[in-house]
Amino acid sequence: MEFFVVQLLNSLSYGLLLFMLSSGLTLIFSMMGVLNFAHASFYMLGAYFAYQISQHIGFWPALVLAPLLVGVLGAATERWGLRTAHKYGHVAELLFTFGLFYLIEEVVHLIWGRAPVDYRIPAALDFSAFTIFSTSYPAYRVFMMVMSVVMLLSLYLLLTRTRIGLIIQASLSHPHMVEALGHNVPRVFMLVFGGGCALAGLAGVIGGNAFVTEPGMAAAVGTIVFVVVVFGGMGSLAGAFIASLFFGAVQTFSVALDHSLAGLLESLGVALDTSSGWYDVLSLSIAQMAPVLPYLLMVLMLVFRPMGLLGTRET
Amino acid sequence: MLDVSDLHAYYGKSHILHGVNMRVGASEIVSLLGRNGAGRSTTIKAVMGQVDKTGSVRFKGSEIGGLPAYKVARCGLGYVPESREIFPTLTVRQNLLLGQKSTGQKGRWSMEDMFRLFPVLRERAEAPAGVMSGGEQQMLTLCRTLMGDPDLVMIDEPTEGLAPKIVELVARLFDEMKNRGLSILLVEQKLTIALKICQRLYVMGHGQIVFEGTPEALLANEQIRKEWLEV
Repeated sequence: MEFFVVQLLNSLSYGLLLFMLSSGLTLIFSMMGVLNFAHASFYMLGAYFAYQISQHIGFWPALVLAPLLVGVLGAATERWGLRTAHKYGHVAELLFTFGLFYLIEEVVHLIWGRAPVDYRIPAALDFSAFTIFSTSYPAYRVFMMVMSVVMLLSLYLLLTRTRIGLIIQASLSHPHMVEALGHNVPRVFMLVFGGGCALAGLAGVIGGNAFVTEPGMAAAVGTIVFVVVVFGGMGSLAGAFIASLFFGAVQTFSVALDHSLAGLLESLGVALDTSSGWYDVLSLSIAQMAPVLPYLLMVLMLVFRPMGLLGTRET
Repeated sequence: MLDVSDLHAYYGKSHILHGVNMRVGASEIVSLLGRNGAGRSTTIKAVMGQVDKTGSVRFKGSEIGGLPAYKVARCGLGYVPESREIFPTLTVRQNLLLGQKSTGQKGRWSMEDMFRLFPVLRERAEAPAGVMSGGEQQMLTLCRTLMGDPDLVMIDEPTEGLAPKIVELVARLFDEMKNRGLSILLVEQKLTIALKICQRLYVMGHGQIVFEGTPEALLANEQIRKEWLEV
């Protein structure tokens, strides 16, 4: 029970973090039709920027400055990079973001090196928030959850209660029509791209020190975010939300469970031949399968429901 | 008011319009007729800045050919596409508000005008636009564009697939638009509504204008009708 509650809280904070990434990715995708391969690179930049800024002026300014910086960088990427690539179709755009992913990774190598940097949880938040049974729960995890929820609520209010939010929502279905009504859609694209990157950057700021800040983090998180977006249904924010929480739980729980199919069968009274090769496969524990589990689920989803959980796109 | 000369348009490598010349005067209702694929929709999309083109498009005396679509719209050109393109998840009211180019834009048309002309829009004001019928969506599309207070509206096949009763409503809206001094460029395939309301008309075929004249002149010219309009 104790294990369960602690893991549940962990998976919630991780899932919310995933949603900060997948929400931006899916908004950008449904609006511009471009799957931004470099989305998680902006997450990584957020973490590195926050590390650098907090070295000089502390964590709190970094919390504000790093996402802003990443957002500006994202908007500039759209304005002077993607917009030009867009003229040559989706393949060009895809290749552009693909290249950008490697470019950012190499730049990070050049500036900060290949080893993880010492980006730490600020001392002000490095204490135990409360105790569940006998486990003390870190305050920083609580802070992560609060930050994510506040951010996502503001995103929701922005999208549903403001005029720019209406324009964004309308552009999700008919961008050409929105432009023909006199709205500057190219600028809205730039703002959405920048905003999505800023959200990813913020996730990097609060995630980079909770986990680890190193040049491989973009690739590691990036693939999971893709799984989330595909599983939830391309272009569906609600789908991305459910899938984020789900994969947050899958990833958090699976690494800690050492149950296996063999164990299950044995407890049901099935006698297994321990010398057979199949026994090794059956006795793989969930924890051992944890790294492959998300991809397995994604493949299953694509086989049985190609549009994803809540996606509407016919693929 | 609108002056198009030597307009060529392209979709990728295919050359769709071959030197279109036409004009629409102030407070004039003009029809652009022709069969499917004649290039009518492409012409108005090109004017709107939504397809690659060469040639000149002048509106209220200034060249707008090189402008992006949102700037063309801000010059006072309205566009109602055939595919309607309502925003399905937004409410009817939100759809209408998005027609305005900025918050609280004042013009010839108010939300109240729209509701009075089409009471069904008032009834459905808070419902998602996606659940409305095709005819209701057509009214919404027209009203949404009018909310932006255009001086000239280009309307693509407004009566396509609509019940006669709704066609009547649409025709009444055109009268109202004429009374308020708007110019209309109406794209139609059938002659039904066009002959009744327009002062001049063009017939298109193979990406060119093949006839220009009054409705009476077209009615008298059986050869043009046979060759370019009737199926």
